[in-house]
Amino acid sequence: MRGATHAKWAACAVAVALAATACGGDDSDSGSGTGSDSGAVLSSSWGDPQNPLEPANTNEVQGGKVLDMIFRSLKKYDPETGEAEDMLAESIETTDSQNFTITIKDWTFSNGEKVTAKSFVDAWNYGASLKNNQKNAYFFGYIEGYDKTHPEDGSKQSADTLSGLKVVDDKTFTVKLSQKFSTFPETLGYPAFAPLPQAFFDDHDAWLSKPVGNGPYAIDSYAKGSQMSLRAWDAYPGEDKAQNGGVDLKVYTDNNTAYTDLMAGNLDLVDDVPASQLQNVQADLGDRYLNTPAGIIQTLAFPFYDDDWNKAGMEKVRTGLSRAIDREQITETIFQKTRTPATDWTSPVLGEDGGFKEGLCGDACEYDADAAKRLIEEGGGLPGGQVKITYNADTGSHKEWVDAVCNSINNALDNERACVGNPVGTFADFRSQITDHKMSGPFRAGWQMDYPLIQNFLQPLYYTNASSNDGKWSNKEFDDLVDQANAESDTAKAIGLFQDAEEVVRDNMAAIPLWYQNGSAGYSERLSDVRLNPFSVPVYNEIKVG
Amino acid sequence: MGRYVVRRLLQMIPVFIGATLLIFLMVNVMGDPIAGLCGDRQCDPATAAQLEKEFGLDKPVWQQYLTYMGNVFTGDFGTAFNGQEVTELMSTAFPVTIRLTIVAILFEIVIGITLGVVTGLRRGRPVDTGVLLVTLVVISVPTFVTGLLLQLLLGVEWGWIKPSVSTDATFDELIVPGLVLASVSLAYVTRLTRTSIAENKRSDYVRTAVAKGLPQRRVITRHLLRNSLIPVVTFIGTDIGALMGGAIVTERIFNIHGVGYQLYQGILRQNTQTVVGFVTVLVLVFLVANLLVDLLYAVLDPRIRYA
Amino acid sequence: MPEQPDDDGAIAATGMGGAMDLATSEGETLEKTRGGPEGAGPQEKPRSLWSDAWRDLRRNPVFIISGLIILFLVFISLWPSAIASGSPLKCDLAKAQQGSQPGHPFGFNGQGCDVYTRTVYGARTSVTVGVCATLGVALLGSVLGGLAGFFGGASDSVLSRITDIFFAIPVVLGGLVLLSVVTNNSIWPVIGFMVLLGWPQISRIARGSVITVKQNDFVQAARALGASNSRMLLRHIAPNAVAPVIVVATIALGTYIALEATLSYLGVGLKPPSVSWGIDISAASPYIRNAPHALLWPSGALAITVLAFIMLGDAVRDALDPKLR
Repeated sequence: MRGATHAKWAACAVAVALAATACGGDDSDSGSGTGSDSGAVLSSSWGDPQNPLEPANTNEVQGGKVLDMIFRSLKKYDPETGEAEDMLAESIETTDSQNFTITIKDWTFSNGEKVTAKSFVDAWNYGASLKNNQKNAYFFGYIEGYDKTHPEDGSKQSADTLSGLKVVDDKTFTVKLSQKFSTFPETLGYPAFAPLPQAFFDDHDAWLSKPVGNGPYAIDSYAKGSQMSLRAWDAYPGEDKAQNGGVDLKVYTDNNTAYTDLMAGNLDLVDDVPASQLQNVQADLGDRYLNTPAGIIQTLAFPFYDDDWNKAGMEKVRTGLSRAIDREQITETIFQKTRTPATDWTSPVLGEDGGFKEGLCGDACEYDADAAKRLIEEGGGLPGGQVKITYNADTGSHKEWVDAVCNSINNALDNERACVGNPVGTFADFRSQITDHKMSGPFRAGWQMDYPLIQNFLQPLYYTNASSNDGKWSNKEFDDLVDQANAESDTAKAIGLFQDAEEVVRDNMAAIPLWYQNGSAGYSERLSDVRLNPFSVPVYNEIKVG
Repeated sequence: MGRYVVRRLLQMIPVFIGATLLIFLMVNVMGDPIAGLCGDRQCDPATAAQLEKEFGLDKPVWQQYLTYMGNVFTGDFGTAFNGQEVTELMSTAFPVTIRLTIVAILFEIVIGITLGVVTGLRRGRPVDTGVLLVTLVVISVPTFVTGLLLQLLLGVEWGWIKPSVSTDATFDELIVPGLVLASVSLAYVTRLTRTSIAENKRSDYVRTAVAKGLPQRRVITRHLLRNSLIPVVTFIGTDIGALMGGAIVTERIFNIHGVGYQLYQGILRQNTQTVVGFVTVLVLVFLVANLLVDLLYAVLDPRIRYA
Repeated sequence: MPEQPDDDGAIAATGMGGAMDLATSEGETLEKTRGGPEGAGPQEKPRSLWSDAWRDLRRNPVFIISGLIILFLVFISLWPSAIASGSPLKCDLAKAQQGSQPGHPFGFNGQGCDVYTRTVYGARTSVTVGVCATLGVALLGSVLGGLAGFFGGASDSVLSRITDIFFAIPVVLGGLVLLSVVTNNSIWPVIGFMVLLGWPQISRIARGSVITVKQNDFVQAARALGASNSRMLLRHIAPNAVAPVIVVATIALGTYIALEATLSYLGVGLKPPSVSWGIDISAASPYIRNAPHALLWPSGALAITVLAFIMLGDAVRDALDPKLR
């Protein structure tokens, strides 16, 4: 009895302390009075990029954030619709979906160098050349000659440049692909396709310590591991000029600290609100909180190299598992609606014209405990009587949703041990286990789009032996439909074919779609016009300070 | 004494080699670090092979170790995967961590020993019980929670401190993080001091000192405390390493880019060069700290002699 | 001096009484409760120090209370279903973070599991991990540290330098390497890991303590009288050197229970469906602002456990300290 009273008292004390803090924090004065100040600098949270900041070597969002500010490519994806629009490209012309002629606009790098056709060709050749270790080299895989500059088997490369790239004059170059690829121009907004100045090649180390690009911002100073200061580049030739004086990216060891700093008024923008604070954003930030759909889908993949999961009837078990997951409840409680239950295998940011089809998954993604039980029984039961969902424990808070998914499955199947989470210590170890085909049950699979095309949500993930087909699913019908779609020059028809292919994925339940991920961000009272693009990166150049 | 110190310094060589080898092997056992570099995607085999060659991972482990040690002796600790020199990482991380550790140890010494003396002299009194209860809270509530609550209260609600530490990480910014970091160790120091004091206050020399009519203050500081400090000093000596290398939670909460954080990142990314480099320096710190502790024994208790 | 423990105690009590604040401030009920009957005891016939200690302990209320708490913990570890009827694995997300309600006195955690049931069921894992890891660390550490301190010279150098090497292993690295090879979901590898990485600290504490104690006159006297090494260590040195080890070990018990959660968090410790206080504490920590109750109960259970062992350690130490007699 006494113990209970004590505990209650302590709980109240904590609650009071917390309530007090929750209410506070808004009274930070917004220094510069009224009206926006185009010279004012905002501060934003950042994480240490994992790789050197070369465009073709950056494959995660923190490095991508910087590239997005300091580079402009041939195309740019509209922050609202995700549509690829001409940026540096004057025109991209083709008659056969295989040979493209690209002309570029007048443009300069922030160090004064002119952007020429050569800037692009050199950059792409650099990215495609095996000896440069560029992790996004495969983006150039469609260009003729890639097999020579980047031999698949790791043998010595027999060419330094892509034979499919030719400089015609200062403003024009041609691209020859090794196969028909009608939507190739739409992929050119990806940062890997950015042009590089001569300075990049002349003094590589100097460039890396302070990258120079052609975007609305130029890097003022870069202290690795702690801060990067970007300033608006006054002579920026494009129309999407920076509306603020610059951005200071501050490296945070933890997104929770960044969030606390935002509440205390020491930081202007946090583009990754920690999961544990999502319940408090309303109280802490009011309407200074963004929750915007992004091109990210989370799924559970299966090891199709394991006979237990590949034998006949298992598609019923997989569908049964899918129907045992209460997506609605989990996205609401665990993710506070920063995820939306998935009803297909793409993403709403594609838009209906782009190939997103709500409800394509149909019943198979609807929670129904009885149907789940029946399907799993019909399919021959869970292999070994238990499923283990494997995930990596070091990044993201995967434990929480995996536990919730398992609890949902366990409740649906009336078996407390039907599903358990199986954490793996590090991301690298998790990836090695996937690569070495060591998975014995479903595992976490997430996909962030490279460019907003339905092709990007299907081909890399489900095509036989594709780079991110982690479960090694293989289906002739699917492959044929994708091939047809890629060769189809009529966009609407191509999308129809891709959707047919997606239905093959559904009928086999090649992967269980879980939810579409949103980008979330919070910002200070000083800022206005803040929004996130479909890649969940803030559109920095539009932000107004003051 | 001089010979003893020289002998101890010489003993550092085998420990140094043993420890670095052990850490090197451990990081290697963790598996293939390249697999984690390509995001949620399989690295294409050609690039992976190329990267392995560049980081020297294609060679046998013993050869990697010899090459690495050879480089270390010329002052080259290699580069991290993001292309940053490990020496550069160390030169930013260690100064910050050393300052944080100094703050934490000062807290341990000042608060821990004071509380220990008070509770040791007043065993069973309310102050003793009170300190015991605080100790229990500190042990059973995770550092993460204490740190977070302090950050919210002092940083956001009352605005006394900045919630995050700046890149300069000056001493005044490190007071609260240092207190959070020291909290669990404070519990140890307090209870060790308390026990020692309680034990020694009944010993002959204290009685003699009291009988001589020495003032109480002098009895406590010169006689009682000095003889009670050996376990405390030993503990603080062993704690230095834990404070420097293991402050992961504190460093993360307060945004301190110190050794604990960098080491943790290095381990998760299986970055041999970073991990071995940092641990190598930490080993040297342990060794020197332990030597100092052993020398302090002789200062605190003149009966202890080293040949 | 252990040989005539009572003399010391008597003089201390009378000689210092009132002379200075040092002595009056003790206010030790312990001493009074045992003072009377024990005072004459040891002089009648020499008894072993350890049986003396046991006699003392049995009458010490601190020992009795802590013993009762520990017995209770053992009881719920063995039969959790005796006081908790539900299942710790029964979780309903719809009830996530809800507070206390009939049938669920402690409310629900973030996954909608009953906090009371999980706290009761978590005792088995957490108490076993805490106690076994502490015992292992204390035994291994004090034996190795004690030997190093007692013999000094070359054996000290070798043992101490091995200690140094073990000190160098970061817990995170050690856990990821050593525990990731373990595939079965059992607490013993976790305990083994804690012992492997935990002993150096106790070892150094024990060594320092033994180095101090062995300078004492009574040890020199015993040596002069031709006592064997093992007799000196066990009868004369150990009882006088054990106090710091007990202090550190009893606090460490709590940190091992928490460390178990850190290892689980790293994905290398106990995996679901294991239930433990540590796992629940670390899961509830980020949500302290919204559901403090989910943190409070497992933390409270941990605090009570640590309290019981600290009290036990204190009582044992007092019983072993001849100067307090």
